[in-house]
Amino acid sequence: MTMIRTKLRDNVYLTYVPAVKFKTGFLSAQFLTPLRAETAGYNALLCAVLERGCRKYPDMEKLSAALDLLYGANVEHIVRKRGEYQLWGFVASAIDDAFVPGGGQLLEGVAEILGELICHPVLEDGLLKREYVDSERTNLLDAIRSAVNDKRTYAGKRLLEEMCRGEAYGLSHIGEEADVAPITAESLTRHYEAQLASSRLELYYCGRAELERVTAAVEPILRDLPVSRETAIAPPLVHPVRSEPLVIRQAMDVTQGKLSVGFSVDCKDRDAVFVMNTMFGATSNSKLFLNVREKLSLCYYASSAYHRSKNLITVSSGIEFKNYQKALDEILAQLECMKQGNWEDWELTGARSCIANGHRSISDSAGRLEDFYMGQIATGQQNSPESLMEAALAVTPERIMAAARAVSLDTIYFLTGKEEMDRA
Amino acid sequence: MLEHSYPRIGEQVWHDTLPNGLTIRVVSKPYHAKACAYFVTRYGGMDLRFQLNSQWLDTPAGIAHYLEHKMFDTEEGNALQELAKNGAEPNAFTSNAITAYYFDSTDHFYDNLRILLSFVSIPYFTDESVEKEQGIIGQEIRMVEDNPEWQVYQQLMECLYKESPARVSVAGTVESIRQITADTLYHCHKAFYTPANMVLCVVGNVDPQKVADIAREVLPAESGPVIPRDYGEESSFAPAHQEAEQRMEVSMPQFLAGYKCQPPKDGEEHLRMGMIGDMACDILFGDSSPLYRRLYEEGLINGSFGGNFDLLPGAAYLYVGGDTKDPRAVHQAVTAEAERLSREGIDETFYQQIRRAAYGQLVRSLNSFETIAIAAAEGVFQGFDYYRFPEVFDTITKADVEAFLRENVTAERTAISIIYPKEAN
Repeated sequence: MTMIRTKLRDNVYLTYVPAVKFKTGFLSAQFLTPLRAETAGYNALLCAVLERGCRKYPDMEKLSAALDLLYGANVEHIVRKRGEYQLWGFVASAIDDAFVPGGGQLLEGVAEILGELICHPVLEDGLLKREYVDSERTNLLDAIRSAVNDKRTYAGKRLLEEMCRGEAYGLSHIGEEADVAPITAESLTRHYEAQLASSRLELYYCGRAELERVTAAVEPILRDLPVSRETAIAPPLVHPVRSEPLVIRQAMDVTQGKLSVGFSVDCKDRDAVFVMNTMFGATSNSKLFLNVREKLSLCYYASSAYHRSKNLITVSSGIEFKNYQKALDEILAQLECMKQGNWEDWELTGARSCIANGHRSISDSAGRLEDFYMGQIATGQQNSPESLMEAALAVTPERIMAAARAVSLDTIYFLTGKEEMDRA
Repeated sequence: MLEHSYPRIGEQVWHDTLPNGLTIRVVSKPYHAKACAYFVTRYGGMDLRFQLNSQWLDTPAGIAHYLEHKMFDTEEGNALQELAKNGAEPNAFTSNAITAYYFDSTDHFYDNLRILLSFVSIPYFTDESVEKEQGIIGQEIRMVEDNPEWQVYQQLMECLYKESPARVSVAGTVESIRQITADTLYHCHKAFYTPANMVLCVVGNVDPQKVADIAREVLPAESGPVIPRDYGEESSFAPAHQEAEQRMEVSMPQFLAGYKCQPPKDGEEHLRMGMIGDMACDILFGDSSPLYRRLYEEGLINGSFGGNFDLLPGAAYLYVGGDTKDPRAVHQAVTAEAERLSREGIDETFYQQIRRAAYGQLVRSLNSFETIAIAAAEGVFQGFDYYRFPEVFDTITKADVEAFLRENVTAERTAISIIYPKEAN
């Protein structure tokens, strides 16, 4: 797959991926800001407020009408954590011109709306509209509090929070209640102006339009954007190794326990760690899936994720309370197998096939490609899905064992039932 | 194989029906790296009562889903691992109406297809393996029971329906699945996993003839009979209960309200009704509706608010819900808005705007291979060709949507399900 990266001006870049296979064209505009507790909530709130309306379409009904007329174009704000950066902005898509009944050009209309949303918010007395700020602050606070609703995600979030306390990587991508509650229209407006004048802006397009047409179409976004100085993107800091594992137990009114385990990795061969983790717990053929779930029936799910940019591994599982020690022991025993090279040939072959399949199929989704390239940019890397795949496929069993031996238990987080906690 | 061209949506599709009754669709995707195969049976969570060898059988809730889990077992081991070894990402799901087994892969496609067709058509269970699955599915059921979205949905279905098995959870309960044995699973497999009751849909850059040849080679030469099923007869459009609520560990109240609708006849009417129902939702409470804006500005709803029209075997309902501080007020506002639209009619300009957006959404949804395959399979089961949706869409009028709202979205046909936060200790 072709990718062309263009510097449009200082601190503004366009990543362009031509593709004819999608029904839609995909356009994204993301600001990159170092993730900090003081500003995470501000940026999250800001996107939501900007999405409420702009000079030309001052309320959601008018904005939605404009999008409906573009054959149901989508514009939504999105806030992500990639490495130790916060990415915040908008992703948009509209059906390709080829499928517009009677013909028409939709990309220009979509880009114009993005430009309006970013550069021309609804102002009252020079401030972001107070009504929008107040209602989106309430929504954001609700969203922060509702993190507890999905226990699986919540346990993963809490693990990183405890494991990476004091590091940007442990912070929530949408901020915390205490930082969001005091935000006012005044402080958010000052923040907006400062961010626009200083943050890196990354644009991305994937679809059938030519590069020249895309460059011309995004002009409304750039035209009124304040000029900012070029900023460099810093890779994430290394997670310090812990001498004793940290153990956290938390009680809630739940029927199923969630066991999340974090590991630090003292190994620079990230391709090898990636392959090791794939065999350990990233697929339905992995050691965790086959042993903890299938063989011992200890849980409904058990899987591991490699946080490549930060060089951490996290394991997530849902278990009965009474199986805590058994499940933990089994997870560690499977890791030990990886350290000893205790696997069969098909496990490595299968992991390589999964890696090849996973990387090749990224190019089948405009959204996944966007997330891939934005992730690369935010962590100061310049890989393509193909180059990462090739590097991973070249990893030898020796390198996998060496990578596994560099993995050490860092933090255990267990979400348990209230009665279990009282009994313990 | 017959090649059909659908220029308005830019798709090429090969159609075939094998002598054993299996329907095949191959959707050509020359530029994609991955190819997917979906092997789908018309057998879902609602197929609890059916006729086998001229006897009516009642089976335990959750059996179709249980069978789905057990189908991956083969005499040699487990098909999941066989597929994963080839780099395929296999999975399966059971809905109210169907069970689908699928994989996507960027390599070894035809090998993977053979594995898929083989493990789904050849059952292999032992009492021991069926017994062991109780633990895994039991955990799965426990997990969804902790999920407020699942609870609010399940509670709504129990409110809306009295006789229809729509009220029964697809996964069943920890108690109901205890009654499942290897024997019952074999019966159900024999009844429903027969070629004439199934569809194979492949999406990707593949050779259609080769797909048909492999299906002919792997699957049985003859099909069993098509099985009569009983979905219960709802005696009334009034809900069984008007409301239900419970408390869970959530941060704010959430609700789901439903309106019982007249289910459509089979054939293109089914497709047409689905699109009318979706447009009715957009007009009534979609992001660009006057009601959405008003409730949002009053702080009664947030981005979680929304709903859709859902067609089930022998049943149909429209639902709407989300997080809110006042579920009953939002529910009443939706019903009142539907009454207003029925009384005053839909504004013509707004209708044309929604019509454009709805068409764009239908085209957009074809980005997903799953949508392409599952919509086609459901179309085959209901007697229509899904890829003809642009032509069917052309026939829908504003009066159709108004009639839909007037008939279905009324105070008499609605029920509400609410989850409140636990009170602070």
